[in-house]
Amino acid sequence: MSRIPPPMAMLAELTHRCPLACPYCSNPLELEAQERELSTEDWTRVFAEAAELGVLQLHLSGGEPATRRDLTDLVRAAREAGLYTNLITSGIGLTRRRLEELDTAGLDHVQLSLQGMDAELADRIGGYKGGFARKMQVAGWIGEIGFPLTLNAVLHRQNLHQLPRALEMAQEMGARRIEVAIVQFYGWAMKNRAALMPTREQAREAEALVAEARESLKGKLVIDFVPADYHGDYPKRCMNGWGSVGLNIAPDGLVLPCHAARTIPHLEFWTVRDRSLREIWYDNPAFNAYRGDDWMKEPCRSCERKAIDLGGCRCQALAIAGDPAAADPVCVKSPAHAKMRAMAEAFNAEGESAELTYRHYA
Amino acid sequence: MIAQGAIPVIPRGVRLHRDAVRDRWVLLAPEKTIALDEIGHAILSRIDGRTDFTTLIDRLAADYAAPREQIAPDVSGFIEALAERRILEVA
Repeated sequence: MSRIPPPMAMLAELTHRCPLACPYCSNPLELEAQERELSTEDWTRVFAEAAELGVLQLHLSGGEPATRRDLTDLVRAAREAGLYTNLITSGIGLTRRRLEELDTAGLDHVQLSLQGMDAELADRIGGYKGGFARKMQVAGWIGEIGFPLTLNAVLHRQNLHQLPRALEMAQEMGARRIEVAIVQFYGWAMKNRAALMPTREQAREAEALVAEARESLKGKLVIDFVPADYHGDYPKRCMNGWGSVGLNIAPDGLVLPCHAARTIPHLEFWTVRDRSLREIWYDNPAFNAYRGDDWMKEPCRSCERKAIDLGGCRCQALAIAGDPAAADPVCVKSPAHAKMRAMAEAFNAEGESAELTYRHYA
Repeated sequence: MIAQGAIPVIPRGVRLHRDAVRDRWVLLAPEKTIALDEIGHAILSRIDGRTDFTTLIDRLAADYAAPREQIAPDVSGFIEALAERRILEVA
């Protein structure tokens, strides 16, 4: 295997606590209790270790990171470590005063999530009454303070028709970027595949709309787009490669190559409570399991696209094809592709009648 | 080509950073890290939000003993490409 590059980006899941109950939550089925969360001191040490290891960008996420009372201290610690610090939030739990404190602490950027583009739909999807109104208020404060803003909209069968409105809202709020992600099915979201899976027509329409908007909004709004997995022909370049560019830290300190890696049962993950981040990144067998391409089987091994998509997503290969070293079944060359396509059709057929199963932190 | 009197600006949320681990300069921006070569760093380190494009080219030409007409299109292209991605602004 070639030399392991140092990581560029780290996602710190500060907590699993969240006031929203989004049915597409990608966090695992078992959430971490508050008592098991890393302390301020733990995170401060981890941020310093991350910067020393080569991490440049830090994403503070959750759950809702604003539920951490020490959020401002954590931002300050991250900036002192030299990290570019991004807050990924629903806005719920942020006051004007708190945002000003985060500004003083050096927060670089805010990414604000949208559950829907009007109060009725957003509050229904987020399972939180009044959430949309609150979010709009927070967006106003973000603009007044002058934080650079990215909007993030997870789109699915029930809100994809509002994509044009999301693009308008991004411009109204002065966002430089918007991430338009068609729902990905990991963690809790797996329970809601019937209710949320877009139809093939919706998926194609979204792709066309994004292509058009990228052209017409060039230089005004940058659009990052995540297409619908189950309706694709080639897999995504998941995490830009396993153990290659980024790492995640779960609220209890477990270090993961990706959000869903814990679903792969034979991998043993290490925690920052016991070891340094450097040791984990370079020496944890779980991180080395799918680095490079030695682990690949056919059809990936001899495929000319393997350098493009790196075989796709290991967690999805396990979930659909039953083998984490198989090709991501999104790929037309995967023996499980037909199965995935059939699943999409079955979920779509059921979709109209399927109820949302909300994700409540209890 | 960028207008003579236009002022390139590194907006809030974007900053030059010395990447000590990889021994290089990078531009850190929302969800993006751009590795810079010597030329890229030379351009960006001279963008201070006050210097207009003409003066920027004058300074680069002087510092690198390069003809203005040769570097101006390249520098303009570099800045415009970043502006298109909303990483730089041209005021």
